[in-house]
Amino acid sequence: MTIHAANFRELRLDKLSRDFGAFNALKEVSLTITKGEFIALLGPSGCGKSTTLNLIAGLLPATGGGIWLDDKRIDQLRPEERGFGMVFQNYALFPHMTVNKNIGFGLKMRGVGKSEIDRRVAEAAALVHLQGQTEKLPGQLSGGQQQRVAIARAIVVEPPLVLMDEPLSNLDAKLRLEMRAEIRRIHNTLGATTIYVTHDQEEALSLADRIVVLREGVVRQVGTPEDLFSRPDHLDVAEFMGFRNTVAGKVTAVNGGTAQIAVGTATVTGRVRENVAVGQSGWVAIRPEDLHPNATGQSGLTAKVVSTEFRGREFVGFAKMEDGTSLSFLAEEKLQPGATVTLGADPDRVLVFAGGKA
Amino acid sequence: MSAVEIPLKQRLAARGLDGLTMLVLPAVFFVLALFIYPFLYGLFLSFTPKEGGTFANYAKFFSDSFLYGTIATTLWLALPVTIATLVLAVPIAFRVRLLKRQRLLTTLLVIPITLGTVLVAEGLLNYLGPQGWFNRTLMTFGLISTPIKLLHNYWGVMLSLVITGFPFTFLLTLSYLTGIDPALEQAGATLGAGPWERFKHILFPLLLPGLAITFCLSFVQAFSVFPSAVLLGAPAGPTRVISIAAYQAAFEEYDYSMASAIAMIMGMVQLAIVVAVLAARGLLYRGPAGGGKG
Amino acid sequence: MVEDKRLSTKLWAFANWFLIGFFLLNLLAMIAAVVTSSFATRWLGTWLPAGWTTRWYSAAWAEFQLHDVLFVTFQIVFLVVLFSGLIGVPAAYALARRDFPGKKLVMLLFLLPLLVPPITFGIPLATVLYRLNLAGSMSGVVLANLVPTVPFVILVMIPFIEQIDTKIEAAARVFGANTFKLFIHVLLPLLMPGILAALLLVLVRTIAMFELTFLTAGPTSQTLVVALYYAVFAAGVRAVQSIDAMAVVYMVTTLIWLVIALRFVNPTQIVARAKR
Repeated sequence: MTIHAANFRELRLDKLSRDFGAFNALKEVSLTITKGEFIALLGPSGCGKSTTLNLIAGLLPATGGGIWLDDKRIDQLRPEERGFGMVFQNYALFPHMTVNKNIGFGLKMRGVGKSEIDRRVAEAAALVHLQGQTEKLPGQLSGGQQQRVAIARAIVVEPPLVLMDEPLSNLDAKLRLEMRAEIRRIHNTLGATTIYVTHDQEEALSLADRIVVLREGVVRQVGTPEDLFSRPDHLDVAEFMGFRNTVAGKVTAVNGGTAQIAVGTATVTGRVRENVAVGQSGWVAIRPEDLHPNATGQSGLTAKVVSTEFRGREFVGFAKMEDGTSLSFLAEEKLQPGATVTLGADPDRVLVFAGGKA
Repeated sequence: MSAVEIPLKQRLAARGLDGLTMLVLPAVFFVLALFIYPFLYGLFLSFTPKEGGTFANYAKFFSDSFLYGTIATTLWLALPVTIATLVLAVPIAFRVRLLKRQRLLTTLLVIPITLGTVLVAEGLLNYLGPQGWFNRTLMTFGLISTPIKLLHNYWGVMLSLVITGFPFTFLLTLSYLTGIDPALEQAGATLGAGPWERFKHILFPLLLPGLAITFCLSFVQAFSVFPSAVLLGAPAGPTRVISIAAYQAAFEEYDYSMASAIAMIMGMVQLAIVVAVLAARGLLYRGPAGGGKG
Repeated sequence: MVEDKRLSTKLWAFANWFLIGFFLLNLLAMIAAVVTSSFATRWLGTWLPAGWTTRWYSAAWAEFQLHDVLFVTFQIVFLVVLFSGLIGVPAAYALARRDFPGKKLVMLLFLLPLLVPPITFGIPLATVLYRLNLAGSMSGVVLANLVPTVPFVILVMIPFIEQIDTKIEAAARVFGANTFKLFIHVLLPLLMPGILAALLLVLVRTIAMFELTFLTAGPTSQTLVVALYYAVFAAGVRAVQSIDAMAVVYMVTTLIWLVIALRFVNPTQIVARAKR
């Protein structure tokens, strides 16, 4: 294999901002990405993740801050001068060019000789398993094949960075899993550096070395998938990572890494993720799969069952607390709607955050 | 056979022919009666001349330089105008497409089309005249010493065709151009293509089929020039276009047969050019100008 | 994209804007010249007229019988708009909702009158109308003008109808609406914006339609644009300012409707009718 990623040390975003009129799409984002990393920019739509990618690619001018590739400032460069590879959400394949021409386009623009282009295009096509399809037009290919062309086109120029903008969002579920593995395989084979934008936390968790969670144009947390999954720094990150049950209460005790929060008559113990003090209000966050009905007589969060759904191996229950807070939890049997349950979780699986209305 | 007989009505409905489909009939009859029939009638009429054999009208047309010359005269106006407006419209459309607020410009450009050729001719009679503001401005800047003659000759007709033709060509080009997925150009840029390469390799090839259609429509319009050729040109000489010949045959000589023959020739020339352009277009990529599936 | 700051790019952009500016400047100057002249007492060999007056408007009103011409124009335009709507909208509805054998041919049939220039089909059409003794009267002018406007309404309305979900109609049926009620309560309100836009465009186009009206009109069925043509054609008979005053009346009539139409449609729609 002779296609390699270009050499560099790191890409640095320094207080990068982008305003659209009065709307701040991105607010002073700083981030350093080192060579070889697979970084996922994760967040709900409108969080600024695509804006960040477009700023790095040069498709959008920044309104503040800078972008540095090692010691070179690149935010004033036009996209064609940056030399990054990009995979677009709708692939953006040139519809009037064959697969070969599409893949070879970047090389042609760089003035590479004809025979060298042919050789490298063939190699890139082989890397993404597109042999035999190369004389077709993009319109004659399936969605997954188009995706492969888009990836080949981006990597064949050996860019320091590969930028991917929700590349799997147009594929069906099965193909998405397959292409996810392909993207990681290609990243590893080339030793590429990839920045991957997605709103799907499962995709980010399974692909990335590090995940950057964005919300309303601000970086909320940067960390490994394991970090984010079990140690989110903020309530909104926790919610986004699947801690779907969030209950407000009052902090009654803080004991090193753990805290107790009173919710109604019950007390919930959990790991502290944000500084809390006794007497303040706070939140507890619990994943549905960690919340179970307690054995009779034990105290816990009291709620009335709304419904239960069969999920194959177990039941998922939905309940409402007295103040209207909805809870979802794991149950071993079908529960009667209207029945009262007390729900509890292993304190290690409960997170405590500051703030709240209580 | 015990199969239930499916009623005719239901069988027709399965092929899309039901009461609702019949709503199309009045319009079909209307166009057949007032467009297709007159055309066929005109064709028939052109072969039944006032005097002479079946082809006498056509023989007369192609033997009289005063008549057959009108084809060259009209082409000599229509082709340069079409090409000039297209050459102007493409770069300007590329510029305007990047504009956030295009509406003011497109509205201004729609004005000459809406006002029509008669009013533009009337306006130019004053504006381009020897004492008009145009000549006056050129003289003030010292670009010319005596007024240039722009009326009642080739240039008057040419300029009026540009004024009504350019906005048409431009707006059509712009609407084709905005149909191209902007992500394609962005993809080109990230792959290292500068503005000129993006135009040459991506946007222009994708625009070309639309430009072919634009060319045809603009050409056909320019070729059927009538009021401005009469009012601004020299209808007896250099701008005696084919529509004038047809009009004179019909309404001055009352030779409807000859007029029909000229109208048919006019239609054939237009058709020939359009077919040639569309045949060339058949060689081009013609799929959707989007970058992805769907 | 990050702005291209090279000099060549800037010069090229400047050249483009210069051309647009030059075109618009001449266009507006031409219109301004007509308006200026219509208010001029005497305007010979100077930048601006010697004095200002409004008397040419009353002169034009009387000389060209603008009262009658305007009345005829509005009658013709009204009838053309009405009939192109009545014939065109149902046809567009059928074409948008049904696939039937020969549909492509029918579509081609409606495309042709928009592609063939009016002067080309106008001469045989006028010949037929004269044979039928319809030309020279208002009905002849209306019929001739309907030839391009009926297909125009159809082609504008088809995409508009196609984007209305058929399930809405099905739902109305399920809830018990009969065909008439369906039409009045469901379809008409949904289609109204499209119909309005199409008919306004027809209106603007018919006011400005010279060739077909010119070929089929008699002395009592001239529209404003044809009257203007005759006035310019016979220049020298009347004062130039009087003709310019008439041109201003025509411009105002057209532009008022254009402004109204542009509230409902995009300017490119006026042009892009045959974009396919």
